[in-house]
Amino acid sequence: MSSVNRRDVLAGIAAGAAIITVTPKLALADKAEADSLISKLTGGAKPQDGKVKIKLPQIAENGNTVPFTVTVDHPMTEASYVKAIHVLAEGNPSPGVASFYFTPTGKAEVSMRMRLGKTQDVRAVAVLSDGSAWQVAQEIKVTIGGCGG
Amino acid sequence: MPTPRVKMPSSAAKGEVFEVKTTIDHDMESGQRKDKDGKPIPRKIINKFTVAYNGKQVFWSDWAPAVSANPYCSFFLTATESGTVELKWHDDDGQVYAVSQAITVA
Amino acid sequence: MRKIMMAAGLAALVAGPAQADPPFDPKDPKMAPYVAGDKRSGYTFAEPETRAMQDDDFTNPGFLWVEDGKKMWTKVEGKAGKACKDCHGDAEKSMKGVGTVYPRFDPHANMLLTLEQKINQCRTERMGAEPLKFDSKPYNAIATYVKHQSRGMPIAVQTDGPAAPYFDMGRRLYYERRGMSDIACKHCHEDLWGMHMRSELLSQGMPNGFPQYRLKWQTLGSAQKRIRGCFEEVRAEPYAVDSLENTVIELYATWRANGLRVESPAVRK
Repeated sequence: MSSVNRRDVLAGIAAGAAIITVTPKLALADKAEADSLISKLTGGAKPQDGKVKIKLPQIAENGNTVPFTVTVDHPMTEASYVKAIHVLAEGNPSPGVASFYFTPTGKAEVSMRMRLGKTQDVRAVAVLSDGSAWQVAQEIKVTIGGCGG
Repeated sequence: MPTPRVKMPSSAAKGEVFEVKTTIDHDMESGQRKDKDGKPIPRKIINKFTVAYNGKQVFWSDWAPAVSANPYCSFFLTATESGTVELKWHDDDGQVYAVSQAITVA
Repeated sequence: MRKIMMAAGLAALVAGPAQADPPFDPKDPKMAPYVAGDKRSGYTFAEPETRAMQDDDFTNPGFLWVEDGKKMWTKVEGKAGKACKDCHGDAEKSMKGVGTVYPRFDPHANMLLTLEQKINQCRTERMGAEPLKFDSKPYNAIATYVKHQSRGMPIAVQTDGPAAPYFDMGRRLYYERRGMSDIACKHCHEDLWGMHMRSELLSQGMPNGFPQYRLKWQTLGSAQKRIRGCFEEVRAEPYAVDSLENTVIELYATWRANGLRVESPAVRK
């Protein structure tokens, strides 16, 4: 199955023939809406950058099922622990995805799968037992307009 | 009736941190879709997931319609004593799907 | 070089491989189970995260259906008062290999049957039970459970003897241009795999993972459903579920995958 020639041929034919995908007009969340939700979830604490990591695919093959793992670099002891992790998708119709609440057990790590409406920033915010909040934001490309019935 | 699946060790050393993997078959109908006649399909999701270890709530989670169908969730606990881990998925319609797993801690 | 004769509409939709295509090295030993000669399972076209979801029988959501199917296997249904198990015993032994040969000519029905159709035949004729509704939870669950017993075994559908006319018809339809895009199955899956149709990376269209969980569907479904979805996406009228046309296309597509291993339930985009 030689593939070099057909690619050369097609590269010429297809050049400049990008197809514009029409996105349905939904009221999408934005950064301000996400900020206001974060403020509510953190009790007003302004999140600092750091401590939180989010693992996402570089490209989500389909926005309906996007796996993620959030970890917080912090111990889980009675004296000091991660109380909550909030995951937000700024570009979805509403920004909230899930909130996870912890007690001083195990470790501060959680995995799940979420729906993303488009390419956007995903934010994870951790709230510690001392009331401080920490965050990370990462862009993820979401494939839209493919075929594949 | 959805069937939860849970994977965690049946025994662990005292103080050991172990992973609990969970999944349940559920459409997580977001409330944002329309049927063939253009009528909105009402929202029906699992909105809360709670985990108790020997009766004490150790982990819980609030879920929005952005959680994918057949929700998967994994997290970690510390083995403190023998007993049961009880997991509950709370549906919008009031149903609660529950499953318990025994753990022996030596 | 293959001759490429495409309608302008199709050409406009197709673009070369993108920088960020999923990694695939045919010499990677981890890929060996997903390759047979020039044939590549859809697994090799999937992103690493999607592969990882399939690799672990717990994170693979298709196992929700395997578990359900396992329960159905021993559940008595229908007027005969029988469960699958009463005739077929332990599925892990009796169903091993069965998933590699469907669609298959069935002498009793005197026609080609998909695995799902064969299960419904068993239900109505042996169990005295209602046939399972296409794409329903139990329909997919029992088929996935049966097919899963052949996981790792090479697909080996028969195309000669009584299957020959079905195979010939399947081949004809596989090459027949249809719909508003005026393209045939073969354009995407023989000529253009590895390229992009809009944002879609085209695979070789190998059905060795069906029934499979699709991220897009957020559920599990059959090859029949997938073939219909393909036609819809190229703006062609899909053939009816369980129609002769859809079934012979499934046979031809499955024959193309002969030698590739059964992955059911696979996870795909």
